[in-house]
Amino acid sequence: MFKKVFGGILAMLFAGLMSGYVFAAPPIKIGALFSVSGPASFLGEPERNTAKMMVDEINKAGGVKGRQLELIVIDTQGDATKAVQGVNKLIKDDKVVAIMGPSITGDTMAVIPVVEKAGIPLVSCAAGVKITNPVKKWVFKTAQNDALAVPKIFDHMKKQKITKIAIVTVSDGFGSSGREQLVLHAKEFGIQIISDETYGPKDTDMTAQMTKIRGSEAQAIVCWGTNPGPAVVARNVKQLGITLPLYMSHGVSSKKFIDLAGDAAEGIILPSGRVIVANQLPKNDPQKKSLTNYVENYRKHYKVEGDHFGGHAWDAIMLIKEAIERGGDSPAAIRDQLEKTEKFAGIGGTFSFSPSDHAGLTSDAFVLVKIKQKDWTLVQ
Amino acid sequence: MDNSRQLFQYILSGLSNGAIYALIGFGFAIIHNATGIINFAQGEFVMLGGMFTLFFVAFLNLPLIPAIILAILVSTIVGIVFERLAVRPLKNAKPLSIVIITIGASILIRGIAMLVWGKDTHAVPAFSGSNPLYIVGATIMPQHLWIFAIAVLIIIGNKIFFSYSIIGKAMRACAYNAQAASLVGIDVKTMVLFSFIISSAIGSLAGIIIAPLTMTSYDVGIMLGLKGFCAVIIGGMSSGLGTVLGGLLLGLLESLGAGYLSASYKDAIAFIILLLILFIRPEGLFKKKETERV
Repeated sequence: MFKKVFGGILAMLFAGLMSGYVFAAPPIKIGALFSVSGPASFLGEPERNTAKMMVDEINKAGGVKGRQLELIVIDTQGDATKAVQGVNKLIKDDKVVAIMGPSITGDTMAVIPVVEKAGIPLVSCAAGVKITNPVKKWVFKTAQNDALAVPKIFDHMKKQKITKIAIVTVSDGFGSSGREQLVLHAKEFGIQIISDETYGPKDTDMTAQMTKIRGSEAQAIVCWGTNPGPAVVARNVKQLGITLPLYMSHGVSSKKFIDLAGDAAEGIILPSGRVIVANQLPKNDPQKKSLTNYVENYRKHYKVEGDHFGGHAWDAIMLIKEAIERGGDSPAAIRDQLEKTEKFAGIGGTFSFSPSDHAGLTSDAFVLVKIKQKDWTLVQ
Repeated sequence: MDNSRQLFQYILSGLSNGAIYALIGFGFAIIHNATGIINFAQGEFVMLGGMFTLFFVAFLNLPLIPAIILAILVSTIVGIVFERLAVRPLKNAKPLSIVIITIGASILIRGIAMLVWGKDTHAVPAFSGSNPLYIVGATIMPQHLWIFAIAVLIIIGNKIFFSYSIIGKAMRACAYNAQAASLVGIDVKTMVLFSFIISSAIGSLAGIIIAPLTMTSYDVGIMLGLKGFCAVIIGGMSSGLGTVLGGLLLGLLESLGAGYLSASYKDAIAFIILLLILFIRPEGLFKKKETERV
């Protein structure tokens, strides 16, 4: 018995030594800045989980060009100062060749000057338009622009012959950017915003705003925010007996929203990445394979559904991996290859970068989904 | 017609929020009247009420009513522990030090709640359905009726307790003059403990009845606590009608302000009122000026 165990340990040690020998080339270091804790943890946590899962997966499959990847995650806590400290540490101490994240636009804007100066490619997972507009040499992003979500909603409204709408936006970065886009695009679609309300990110009661909207002539309501605000709006709409169609942003495309809003979520329409309706996609959808893979993989590892937000990290790590495979592992080569990415079918959409476009997505990165019986259904 | 319907809706929403503020305000008033301190951890008991109810319902699968009773009990125990560990050992501390300790305690309770339950917002099931009822064109949730009913019961209960029961009278005596009260044989320390028990129970109950409407998370206590504090300041720290009126007035002004001015100023309205009252009538809107006899 003892001998057997001893033999086993020896064999394991030997195998360990061998594998160490095989992969003697130093690992390729990739940095990640995610807001794992703090108010934006709903983004950072799935992103970190996804990044870890994918790096393990890539390493298990033999790494990139025979070399292992090493992921170094730093929690920015959604704080721009911490993000800047983190990016400096990644570049100066850890000497990473590429960086994923940050999760939110504020953090991303803060680290951009640092990576631009150091010449390290950054693949941000935040949605703000200004991250890649104007184009910055070293900065790419995977999250869909707000600017792509709005036309999707307005297009649907136009088909329903809705011309007068009320909008309710949260008074933070996400909400005000959404509000800008809504106001900007309304004219193109012949839509008039007749009621323009806001609420605070921590508000727990929006009945006053909804009462105002109920008294207006709006034919539909658009709410732009991230949990929990929109769930309160949905509940208040139901409470006040409002029967107007309710549209939401992609900021709530996670199961958590349906949990929070409960019955009030029924019938809400929102633009979202394809990930939440992966199994309903037609077989010829180019993203279908990546999506179903990701969803199953995530469920296996973390026992919860992989969401839209984790998908941004999936795209970031896979884009970097492919860039290394095509070019090399120097920061400059990765950057050049990222820019040459063409028709990469990821989670957020099908990416094609170019020197004049570092966001890489078009409006078909979004699909419209409707909440039916506490689940998502694809709106055709 | 449509305007009056709108106005009526603002008033209804305002009053139902105001009833909650009044209940939270009560908690402040009771402790203040028994000890002379302001317990800034009051908001955390509101949070604990909602979170414990959710915990018992969602994780232990208890029916709603036992869950609510348990939640009040556990929150009250937290209140007792808080009084024993943080307030009582400082026998001769100045009120200011104790007030600062309550702020510290509120941060501690919030932090523990965040570690235990996470940072997510959670929905709590409504007591009786979530379909709105219609009253003259305005809508109201069944939950609002629960809020009104429970608030009225607690207000009446409070009145009876403080006016007619021995303990209630003893607590009032402590409020007037702790030293004199102890001279006539009232155990002041026990009365302080009682005040913490009652106020944490009322606070958690307020948190429980509001949670189905507003949902709950580890940090709801801050804002609700401050609103309750506004209510009790308007009411002049009374544990009676003053605070009720203060809460209702605050709720109404908030709702009307959000409706007719701008929703962005909703919270600002509460704090402007708070500042104005503190500057102009620190004794509250409804209290006659007291002259202190020496």
